Parts: sequence; structure tokens; C-alpha cells
Amino acid sequence: MIAVEHLTKKYGDLLAVSDLSFKVEKGKIWGFLGPNAAGKTTTMRILTGYLPATDGKASVGKFDVFEQPNEVKQILGYLPETLPLYPDMTVTEYLNFVASIKKIPSAKKKEAVGKAIKVSGLDQVKGRLIKNISRGFKQRVGIAQALVHDPQVLILDEPTIGLDPAQIIEIRQLIKSLKGEHTIILSTHILAEVTQTCDGVVIIKEGKLMASGSLEELTASFRTKEGAVVRVRRNIQDAAVLLRTIPGVEKVNREDNELKIEWKPGQDLRDDIAKLILERQFGLLELRPMAMSIEDLYLKIVSGDVEQ
Amino acid sequence: MNNIWVVTKKELRAYFTSPIAYVVITVFLVLVGFFFYSMISWFNNQSMQMAQNQYSYQQLNINQMVYNPLFHNISIILLLMLPLLTMRLFSEEKKIGTEELLYTSPLSVTQIILGKFLASLIVLFAMLVLTGVLSLFTFLYGNPEVIPILNGYLGLFLMGASFIAIGIFFSSLTENQIVSAILTFGALLLFWIINWASYSAVGFVKDVLNYVSFFQHFDNMTQGILDTTDLVYYASFSFFGLFLTHSVIQSKRWR
Repeated sequence: MIAVEHLTKKYGDLLAVSDLSFKVEKGKIWGFLGPNAAGKTTTMRILTGYLPATDGKASVGKFDVFEQPNEVKQILGYLPETLPLYPDMTVTEYLNFVASIKKIPSAKKKEAVGKAIKVSGLDQVKGRLIKNISRGFKQRVGIAQALVHDPQVLILDEPTIGLDPAQIIEIRQLIKSLKGEHTIILSTHILAEVTQTCDGVVIIKEGKLMASGSLEELTASFRTKEGAVVRVRRNIQDAAVLLRTIPGVEKVNREDNELKIEWKPGQDLRDDIAKLILERQFGLLELRPMAMSIEDLYLKIVSGDVEQ
Repeated sequence: MNNIWVVTKKELRAYFTSPIAYVVITVFLVLVGFFFYSMISWFNNQSMQMAQNQYSYQQLNINQMVYNPLFHNISIILLLMLPLLTMRLFSEEKKIGTEELLYTSPLSVTQIILGKFLASLIVLFAMLVLTGVLSLFTFLYGNPEVIPILNGYLGLFLMGASFIAIGIFFSSLTENQIVSAILTFGALLLFWIINWASYSAVGFVKDVLNYVSFFQHFDNMTQGILDTTDLVYYASFSFFGLFLTHSVIQSKRWR
């Protein structure tokens, strides 16, 4: 649905995006991840036709972003990082205006605006001036604005920035509910957001692609070892020594009152560990797999530990 | 056309849901009303005096003695007021980030510029039409000629249109509305008085300086002269302003 090939953007001498290529399939949510100034916003602005690229190709749906910008703009909804809201309009007036500039025929406008209001949960504020509603509602108006012409593709630049935790969860649920009908790219530097909402991820740093793929693929390819974390009630020191004797175990580290046990990928030693602890009566409190979290993955990729 | 109108409607709403349009129109009308009153009182005095003398009484001409100076005064007021109408048109979009919405919508830059231009023209038109109320009195108690008056209004409208185009250009340059207004004032004043330099110039330079000055062309129109040179001048001035705006917006995005 979205394809970017060898995209490059220079601001004067500054290289913002360099030879970036990735693809997003129809109906999926992809996260766009990277430290600040990685080129996330620039890439999104290029996809939306707001900025031209210095080099490379990009297409949205069947259309080329540079050759057929108007067709692309018609099937694309965009939430910029700074919410593009007119403070002196009411929510409904604003969405009506957006519907008009997105060329929705006037006969269907009312229905489209009504639907956007409903989907984004704006019913209780629809008659109020935008400058008087709370930040969370403004964010929703921003999303409603991107949705109003029922675009095939949604590009959301940091959709949850500046919201409180409850609002963040609401917005995430809203985004998830849009999946399937819409193909979505969202940028964020909140890692949890990616694990919770996205099917895949594109990680960039200094304008360069560091990794891209579905979450499972990525975690699998970066996993070099597996392990488990264990907590016991007593004699933690002895337990550590004995656990090291289990065949296959490579390393046992004590961190505070937890033991981190690592072994080579491809086997599961948790049964053996549990059995040993129970037999020796150390008192098993907790045994959990040591998952490779998105955080580890991200830090690993961004810090340049791994060359892909 | 529909696309242009969408932008126009939005700008008109912005003018009339905020105090801008009301303040500008009211202050404009108060000033014009005051000038009109002073002109008429002066004309009244002159008539009283000249009534003694049958010959000079025939010379009294309300078009020349009231409307001609009045149009000049209105043009100066417009020069001061119109930058306040145009200063927000692009600066504000830039400042609050809504330009990203406009430029990622399927509207073309030309449509956006024309939409905004049209909205300001409508406000200008309303301002001028409202001053027409004053003429009720001259027509009730005197017999001015209609055509030269309409010609003067046409001149005001066309000149106002070029003021607006210049204002829109400066608004597209900066996200600061004050800066945009001051630059517009400066440019308009300069074009107003640039023919002063022609007194010391000779030949071709003199002609050019005279031609580019607002004043020369407007003076013709207040005298009741409708010359295509003047119409072309104002039309090209407006076009030039809007064209520069287009170039500024495009070049900013391509940089």
C-alpha cells in the first residue's frame, strides 16, 4: 500500500533522510521509530506531499507521490505533529471545512463529518470552539480531521504526544479500531506504543534505515540467547550455584533478589529449573521467560550494537 | 471555483467571527465619515460665499470639490487599513501549523491564494459600499454626476485590490503578523510616493517612476478618467503580488 524506495531528502547540506526504503502492506499498522531528529517527520511530510524529496521514489496506493500528488492527497489522511486546528472554529465547523477542502461532495459531507465525530468520540464537544476544549479532545479532533474523507491511508505523526496516560490508552484503542479498513503509519518514540498497537516497525536513525519488519521477525532475528528470570524464597546464593550445574545453562547472574539464567536458543530449560528448585526446597516464588523486549531491540539497533 | 470558494468562506468566517472585520470597517467608516463631513462643510461655506456672484456660482462643482479630495483621503485610509486585513492571511496559518493541513489537501496553492485574495476583496467591497450611504446626502441636496463617482470607486477598489495582493505577498514571507503588516505599509507607501523621485529624474527613468507610482494612476481615476493604462496597471500589480506569493510558497517547500 505504501512503498518507499531509496528516498533521500536534503535541507541544504543537512541530510535528513538518506536512501530510505520500506513497504507497508494494506490494512496494517506500522510504527515509525527512531530517536529525535531521525527523519521521521520529514519522511512523513514527503509521503503526504507537503515536502518534495531530493531523490528517490514513493507511492501511496496506486499513485506516485511526486507524479500524482493530488490523487495521493485524496486517499491520504495526515495528522501532523503540530495539530492543524483553527482555534476560533467549533469542532463541527472545522470538520466541515476539512471535508470541503478534501473535496467531499456536499451531499455526503454531513454524513462524513458525523461519522468522523462518532468514531473519534467527539460527540460531547462538537459544538464547542476548538480553543476551549482540552488537549485530549484536540488530539481527537486532529485524528477526526485525518479521517473525515475516509482515506485508505492514515499517517499519524506522534498521535499520543502530550496526553495523559488514560488519554494515551484511549487514542491507542481508537487507532487500533481503525486497523483493517485503513493502512496506518504512526511515528512515536514511545516504545510501548509500538508493541501495543503496531504490526510492524521501521526503525530509522539519522535518516538511515536501521531495521524494518514485523515485530516477530525483528525480535527473532535479533535474539541471540534465551533465558528465564527466577525468584526464590531462601538461600539464593546456593540456588545460583546449583542452577549453573543444569546441563545447557550458560550463565546465571544474580541481580538483587532475582536470578537471570541464560541458555542457548532452541531449547527450553524451564522445566529443569523448576524441578531443581522444588526438589531442593528453595521455595519458588516466580519463574518467567526473559523476553527480548522491544526496548532491548530498539536500544540495540539504535546504539549500533548490531549491524543488520 | 468551488475549491477557491471553500477557502474564501473560511477566511470570511475568520474575519467576521473575530473582531477584525468589525473594527477595521467601523474605524474606516468613522474616518471616511469625518472627512466627508469636513469636505461638505467646506463646500457649504464656499457655496454661501459664491452665491453672491452668479458667475462663480456656476463654477462650483461638487464632484471636484468634495469627491475628488474625498477619494484621495479614502485611498490613504485604505493604505493604512488593508495591511491589517491581509497580515494574518498566511502568517497565521504558518504560526499555528494549519498550513500543513492546507498544503496536504487536494487544493492547489493557486486556489488557496485566490481564495484568500477573494475574501479580502469582499471585505474591501463591503467597506466601499458602506461609504456609499454618505452619497445619499449629496444626491438629496445637490446634483453630483454619477459616472465620475463610480469611476472613483472603481479606482479605489482596484487600488485596494493591489494593496491586498502586496499584503498577501508579505504575509506569505513571515509567520509574524506585525512584521507582515509593517513590511506591507512600507512597500505601499514607497509605491505611493515613488513618483516624487521623478521630479529630479529625466527621460525614461522619469516615465518609469511615474508609471509605477500608485498616485499617478489613482489621480486619473478620481478625475473621472477611465484609461486602460490604469486598469492594466492595477491588474498587473495585483497579479504580480499574487504571483510572488505563489513563488514564495512553492520555493519554501522546495528548499
